Amino acid sequence: MADPMRIRAKVSGSMTEVKALMSHEMETGQRKDSSGKTIPAWFIQDVNVMWNGKNVLSAQWGPAVSKNPFLAFSFKGGAKGEKVQITWTDNRGDKRTDEAVIA
Amino acid sequence: MDSRRRDVLKKGGGVTLASLLVAAGWLRPGDVLAADAWNKAAFEAKSLDSTVKALGGSSPAQSKEITFVQTPDIAENGAVVPIGVASAIANTTAIAILIEKNPNMLAAVFEIPAGTEPAVSTRVKIGKSSNVYALVKAGGKYYVAAKEVKVTIGGCGG
Repeated sequence: MADPMRIRAKVSGSMTEVKALMSHEMETGQRKDSSGKTIPAWFIQDVNVMWNGKNVLSAQWGPAVSKNPFLAFSFKGGAKGEKVQITWTDNRGDKRTDEAVIA
Repeated sequence: MDSRRRDVLKKGGGVTLASLLVAAGWLRPGDVLAADAWNKAAFEAKSLDSTVKALGGSSPAQSKEITFVQTPDIAENGAVVPIGVASAIANTTAIAILIEKNPNMLAAVFEIPAGTEPAVSTRVKIGKSSNVYALVKAGGKYYVAAKEVKVTIGGCGG
């Protein structure tokens, strides 16, 4: 199981700003190891952000997203104390869900 | 015997549901912006046109209403290049980031539900100095903007 994400969600005016840092190798499948063998691709394919049971952002990523991916966006609504939940799924089928309380 | 019968039922049921959804137009084959499954064809496409096609659109129009935010002109480290895209086009439902000279152009697709700002930021790998395209789907149409990012150290060698 991968390391937890770092998620920050903050109210600013009528919007809630979400910033997330995920922990993932994001291996491209283009690199070779010291013996010349290709390192197989390993990257996050799907990201889903939920707030109060509502989907506020979903994404599909390729291996060109940087290692330990960063994501920032804002959605309308959200109040202090509510929760934002982020789930990712990688190309090996691993999943991780973390949540943060809106500040 | 009973359990085998259930397996058959399950498999049969799955196929029927998927094809029903396709028939009903809920799942459009090849349209990543509507479907949930990872769009392999789009992520393996090697040109702007074929990527847009794999995403279910065609010939995007140039737009000045798409802006790059926090995107450098020169990136020292191609492995971590911050890219932010904001769209001022009404009814923006998706934003995609493409890097022209990467082995596969498409880096990321974001679906923007109603209520979410049509602006996203992330970090991507850029192999060598290249145009970065921001592709926006708004009201069922596709728009594009480009920005050149120069890279001094590539992002794909390690």
